[in-house]
Formats: sequence, structure tokens, C-alpha cells
Amino acid sequence: MRMTRKVTVSSFAALLLFGLSACSGSDSDSSALDPNADLSKQTLTVSIWAAYYPEDIAAKFEEKYGTKVTITNHATNEEVMAKLTAGGDSGIDVAFVSGQFAQALAAQGLLENLDKSLIPNSSNLIKEAEQLSYDQGAKYSLPYAWGTTGICYRSDLMKGDEPTSWNDLLTPKPKYKGKITMLATERWLMLPAQKALGYSANTQDETEMGKVKDLLIKAKANLLAYDDTTFYERLVSGEAVMVEAWDGWCNYGIAKNKNIKFIVPKEGSDLWADTMVVLKTSKNKEAAHAFLNYIYDVDVHSWVVDNILYKVPNKAAMAKSLPALVGDFPNMGISPAELLQQEGLVDLGKASSLYTRIATEVTSK
Amino acid sequence: MAQALVKTERDANQRRALISRSIFLIPGLAYITIFMLVPLGFIFFYTFLTRGTYGGVEYIFTLENYTRALDSLYVGILMESIMIAAAATLLAFLIGFPTAYAITKLPSNWQNVFLLLIVLPFWTNFLIRTYAWIVLLNTQGFLNKGLINTGLINQPLEFLYKPGAVILGLLYAFLPLMILPIYSALVRIDPAMKEAAINLGASPSQAFRQITLPLALPGVLVGAIFVFVPSIGNFIVPELLGGGKTVMVGNLIRDQFLKARDWPFGSVLAISMVVMLLILFFLQARVNKAVLGEKSG
Repeated sequence: MRMTRKVTVSSFAALLLFGLSACSGSDSDSSALDPNADLSKQTLTVSIWAAYYPEDIAAKFEEKYGTKVTITNHATNEEVMAKLTAGGDSGIDVAFVSGQFAQALAAQGLLENLDKSLIPNSSNLIKEAEQLSYDQGAKYSLPYAWGTTGICYRSDLMKGDEPTSWNDLLTPKPKYKGKITMLATERWLMLPAQKALGYSANTQDETEMGKVKDLLIKAKANLLAYDDTTFYERLVSGEAVMVEAWDGWCNYGIAKNKNIKFIVPKEGSDLWADTMVVLKTSKNKEAAHAFLNYIYDVDVHSWVVDNILYKVPNKAAMAKSLPALVGDFPNMGISPAELLQQEGLVDLGKASSLYTRIATEVTSK
Repeated sequence: MAQALVKTERDANQRRALISRSIFLIPGLAYITIFMLVPLGFIFFYTFLTRGTYGGVEYIFTLENYTRALDSLYVGILMESIMIAAAATLLAFLIGFPTAYAITKLPSNWQNVFLLLIVLPFWTNFLIRTYAWIVLLNTQGFLNKGLINTGLINQPLEFLYKPGAVILGLLYAFLPLMILPIYSALVRIDPAMKEAAINLGASPSQAFRQITLPLALPGVLVGAIFVFVPSIGNFIVPELLGGGKTVMVGNLIRDQFLKARDWPFGSVLAISMVVMLLILFFLQARVNKAVLGEKSG
């Protein structure tokens, strides 16, 4: 049954009082930004993944600009998305989200277009990173870190069987059964099967996704677990010998055991980016831009490379940090051009329910 | 005439007492209305709407969310959740009842010490306690290493990432919620009743079955609900100890809201849980009334 919005709203006015009162956000104009604004009069709330930034960042930023910064942590994209899309002003000025989530926020008109003149350090942005598929031209987001997904494995426990293909992970030799993990987050749960079958990581085709499902259900029989957070520790302990992993996270295993190696399977993989966005509801947009600019400072951004062991799309920071790291952590040396050969993840729009359904079918089987 | 006056006065007194008692109810009622009934109303309302592409809802009415919930995929997950939560509840009863019974037999100052020990685990974060099981049970964990060192096994056993591990995690997490209500029911039983039964020729086991057990039943039922309800809605234990390979209704609801951005369908699942739990509470109240009614009537 269809009903117009107007009729519905009036008949359920009482119910909606709480839910909708905050939905009518005002569209402020980005040209209103004042380059000479007094940043010490502004305050910032920044939502970012825990342990993904220098701990003293709030204090250092306040020291430099006089802006009081509150950092809140989120564990997953979904968690911060729930806050940002609940309607009204979430109180968050700057959010760190993965690229496809930034795209979904932009599609809902929740993001401020960035004023690059207020982010002079963005000249450090690697030019390939301006052309990421979720935000061509980096209009509303500035990437914080980027990388790809592959197989992280124990070369000493898999001598002679070193994986080169997603199929090595999905249909392993019997002796590796029960010693494999895959990522649990939907897009990366699908990725190995999508690529092994030669499909796009953004496919919305139901027949293709049906075949992805069948392959994943077969692969499940060989899995120890679906794991997003402790897979590298399982490699270190030897509980697992081969795991689907983000490049940066594999480095945490490599740091503890040099026999751990990372490969990008020959069928290709994804290009992911964690990016920074300024919310349209922010009342501190000048300070928010200054914060993005501060991140793109060579010293701050190279801290991320040195300590988080993630690649950042910042020329100067990579030039500063890479030489000392690439020997121990070869995947830090994957070049921007090589990354660009992988497929950028974009938002799925309505098809997100198809992915969730298949993930539910696979994990509950 | 005078009698009638006394009666009116008594009525007035009762009415005043009722009013003053009602005033004390206002904060509780307001809290429940604002923070439970109104949000629940929203959720119920959402069940009839269509999902928005990026979360939220579109105001197009439909009953499709309900028909979708009958899909064998979701019914299967609900059934498995019920089985897992019921198994955890049954085990909690089998362990909890003897524990509570033993505590009532202790000297009263020791009873308090043991009750404190029972709630002690709650002082540590639930997530950390669940992770601790992984450290204990994984193939490179303490238990497997110990068993291999003592020569009992050659190959590590896979304890984790199976429905059994989920049941164990839920049992561990919620066992105290079974012990405490059973204890409080047992401790209230008048010892004279059991003595009377024995004096009248009942054997100790008969007295236990016919006196202690029925009188403890309300406590058992409260404990069962306290264990079953948080178990069936739990999504952390299946994720950590089930290795993401077991899906329960709690995971399903969370995924609909946060991943599929399908609020209406998530709402249907949430409402079905509420309805199921209301039925459970209703049954519990009926049994309770039957047991207590027999005693006092």
C-alpha cells in the first residue's frame, strides 16, 4: 500500500515527534568558510577508529591552533555510520570512515565539500589518490590511509605450498583444513570468491552473487573462523597458517614473526581507503579543515606510516618513512600505481541487502 | 448509619493510600514509557515501512517485512538460537540448582561470602572474560597444551568455533543469574515444612521432590528467563567463540540495522523477539500463580 509522505506524517505526528524533529538539517554553503576565522573559538569532535592515530593528537592540535579537540572512538564503520545517519547534528565535526561509506554519506547530502585552499598540505596528496572510485577528484573526502587485501601466511608452515591465488585460500590442500581464517566484514567476506570467479568486487548481479555464495559455503568447511581482529595473532601462534588479511594488519604479524608473508593473489584484489570527511552539520568547519591539514603535515602523517604500518597517500610522509620500513615490511612498498590496478570498493546502494543476505546464508550454514 | 460513616471513612483512607502509592509509581512509569514503550512503538511502526537505501525508512506501507521473516533462512536461525539458548539455560539449571542448594546449607556468614564469589566475575568486563575462553581453548591454548604435555592426546582438539563453544560461553556468562534467584527461593522455604513432611513419614528424597522442588520452582523460572533472554539476544559470544560460523537472532538483528541498512526488517525481527519473550513471561506468571496460589490458598 502506498501513502504519500504528507498524510503519513500528519497521522503519525505524535510518534514522529522524537524521530523526525532533527531531520531537517539546514544546507549551509561551503563558500561561507572564513579563512581568517579564530580557531581558538571553535571546538572539534573527531570520530576515528581506536589506536589509529597519535595519542597526543588532540593536545598537539590544541597547542598549535587553540582549538579544543574531543576524540571519540568507533570500532567499525557501521558504528559511526549509525551515529551520522540517525538524523540531525551528531555533534561530530570530522569523521574517519572507509571510502564506500563516505560515498554513502555524500549521497545523502551529509558531507561538506572540502575547500582545498584551507588544506594547503593537501598538495602532499599522491595524485593517483585523487582518482579513487568512491570520490573522483577528492571532492568531499581526503584519504587518510590506503591499501589492499590479500593472503597473509606462514611461509615456514606452508613450505612448497605458498599461496598465489584466492583459490589456495578457498579450496586449500586437506592438511591446511581448519587452519584458515577469512575476514568477517561483508565486503571482504565476499572478495576472495568474487575475484576467484573473475567478478567485480562491486557486482550487484544476483546470478554472480549466487555463485559467490556457493563457493563461500564450500570454503567455510575449511575455515577455523571468520575473524576481523585477531587473525595475525593466530598466525603468530600457529593456530592458523593462512588468513585473508588487510596489508597493514599482516604487518603486525610480520613484526612478531619474520616467517609471515603477504601476497596479493594473481586474480587481483580490492583497493580500500580510510578517508576523512567534514560533516555538513559541523559548526566548526574552519577548524575541521585545519584538522585535515594538520593530518597531512609530513610529521603527523609519517607517524601513521611508522606506527600503524599502513600506507598513506601522502608523498612527503611516504618519502620520509618508507626507506626504513620497506625492508621488514615489503607490502609497504606496493606503489600507488600498483594499488590503482586493484578494484576500488564503491557503495552498493540498495544491493547492500543482497550482500547481507548472502553473508547470513553463508555464515549460518 | 454510624457503620456506613465508618465505612466511608475507611474507603477514603484507602483511596488516600492508593493515591500516595501511585505518586511513587510515577518516576518508574515515566521512565518505562519514555525509554521503553515509546521506542518500542517506533520499532513496531517501522515494521510496516520500506527500507531507505542508506538506512532509515521510506513512508511506503507494506507487510512484506513480515512475510520475509517467514523465510526458511530466518526461521532456521531463530530455531537454532532457541536451541542454543535453551541448552545454555538447561545446563545453567543443572549446575545452578545444586550450587544454590549447597549455599543454603552453609552457615549464614559463609552464605554471603559464596554469593559474593558468584557475582565476582561481573566485576570484569564481559568481552575480556569471553576472550579469555579463546586463550584457554584454542588449539595452541592452555587446555590443549596441558593435555598434550600429559600425553592424553597427540593432536590438539578443536574446542572452539562450534555451537558447543557458544553454549559454553553463554552458560559461563549468565550462570550467576540462575543461581541467585534459585538461592533466594530456597532460602525462603520454611525448614519446618520439610521437617513436618519427614515427621509424617516422607523419605528425604520425597520431601525434596514434593516440598523443596515445587517451592523453588518460581525461583527456577525467574532464573531460566534471566539466562534464556540475554542468551538468545547475544551476538558477541557467537562472534567470538563461534568464530562467526554460528549466527543467532542477535547477530541477525544487528546486521539488518548496521550492515544491510534494513531498519524495517530488523524491526520485524526485534518485534518477533519481544513477542516471543512476552509469551515466556506470561507462561512464567501462570506457573508462578499456580504454585503460590496452592500454597496460600
